[in-house]
Order: sequence, then C-alpha cells, then structure tokens
Amino acid sequence: MTCREFLDFLMDYLEGDLPGVQRRTFESHMEACPPCVTYLDTYRETVRLGRELLCPADDGIPDEVPADLVEAILAARAAGGQEPEK
Amino acid sequence: MESERGGGGGAPDGDAALLERLRSGDEAAYEELVRTHGGRLLAVTRRFLRSEEDARDAVQDAFLSAFRGVQAFEGSARLSTWLHRIAVNAALMKLRTRRRKPEQSIEELLPAFLEDGHMAAPASPWRTDEMDPAERRELGQLLSRAIDALPEAYRNVLLLRDIEELDTEETARAMGISPGAVKTRLHRARQALRGLLEPHLREAGPR
Repeated sequence: MTCREFLDFLMDYLEGDLPGVQRRTFESHMEACPPCVTYLDTYRETVRLGRELLCPADDGIPDEVPADLVEAILAARAAGGQEPEK
Repeated sequence: MESERGGGGGAPDGDAALLERLRSGDEAAYEELVRTHGGRLLAVTRRFLRSEEDARDAVQDAFLSAFRGVQAFEGSARLSTWLHRIAVNAALMKLRTRRRKPEQSIEELLPAFLEDGHMAAPASPWRTDEMDPAERRELGQLLSRAIDALPEAYRNVLLLRDIEELDTEETARAMGISPGAVKTRLHRARQALRGLLEPHLREAGPR
C-alpha cells in the first residue's frame, strides 16, 4: 500500500468500513509509515476541531434572535405566509 | 444519527405542550417558538450563507415552512431537531438561488504525491492542546475562514455532516446526490480543510 492509497482508504478505515484484508494492509502501512499516522491523527483532529469550535450550543453563550427578525417572521405569518416587502 | 443538533431522543414534555398550542392556533405559541429557537437557527443559516440578509431570510423561510407543517409534524423528534432540518434545507435553497463565487479547484487543496506514491509534503504533528480561550476563538475564526474557502459543493457536505451532524443519507437527500458522492466529497473536503489548517497548527510552525 502506498501513502496515496492509505489516504484514499482513510475515511473508510476510521468509520470501520474497511474489509478485513484491506484493514490489515492499512494497519501494516501505519506501522511502517509515521507521516501517514500523523496525517491520520491530524485528519481526525480536523473533524474534532470543527465540531468543538463551530458548534454554538457548546460555547455556553445563548444565541440571540434579533427582535426585528422575530417581528418580521410573525408579520409574515399574519400576512398568510407571504414574505413581507423588503 | 440522533446525537445531532437539537439533541437526540424523543420529544420532551415542553415540546408536546407547545406543539398543542401551535396546532390550536395560539398566537403566543408562535412567538414563543421563534424566540426560543430563532437564534440557534440563525446561527445555522449563517454557517451556510455569506450574507446576513440571506441568513435572516432563510430563518424566516424556515419558520414559515414550519408553521405550515406544524399540523403534519408527528412529534416523534424534538421540535429543535425538526426545526434544525427545516433551517438547513431553507439555507440550501437560498444558496441555490445565489451566484457562486469563483472557486479554487478541490484538487489544488488535496495532498500532492511523488511518483512513488509518498506524500510530497509529509504531514507534521499539530499543537492544538493547551489552548487558552483567546487562542480557541482565533482558531474558530481560522476554521470558519478555511471552511469558507472550500468549493461550495464540498463545503456544504462538510457543514452538513461534520458541523450540523446530519447522517450520510440525510445529507444525500438534502444535497440531491448519492450517499456514495456524499462520502467522496466529505473525505475530500476534510482533506482540503486539514491542508488549509496545517500551516497554522503544526508544532514547529507559526500560529
């Protein structure tokens, strides 16, 4: 397995979708290739950081809804679901 | 996947009471729904849409759609999860009406390889632990800019799967593509994003 192939199979490996033989080949490559292990770690870190830093529910700060947006939505509902004039 | 935005599990009791009031046409219930969920939905649509006006329009479209659908909503999911899905779809609809900006090819953002199959630029370890709050804020902004730099078809799949936490099937339906295409795009989007973050996060490099 080359590094290129390792990267191709990376997501399937992390999601447990690699069949047994391919999984063993993948893991053999990991034992022999530290840069690919680093790549795997930082790929996983990329996903983790996205979830951790861009999820507003996790930052402890309530999301404010602007008062004029609330009014516009309720006005549009009162008008029968039609969009108000912009 | 039920560990999604809005929380998993069934609908809490408060949802059932609010839903009942909505179905009976209680005006105050509509306002309560908007005030309770509007801010979070605006945060969702802002992640997809670059203009604040579009993000607000998408939230309005989402609520009007929810108001129309409230009689048909079965109540088996949380109200917040149901509204989240409607807002995501409203944002995607709005995106489809917008002219796309010129984009970098995803290929340019993917790892390059030598003829023998090795990476042309081997990956370096990152320093992401022990960040103080200011560094975390800075990294969050960097991450948002990097996601924004992805070609739209890839950016949207990454947002849906990794940030909004829709599953592959839901993402495929929302995007109108096959589950296989979702997986391919997601993997490429993550690789591209990893590449955009690396210069800022590698241990020996600049922050």
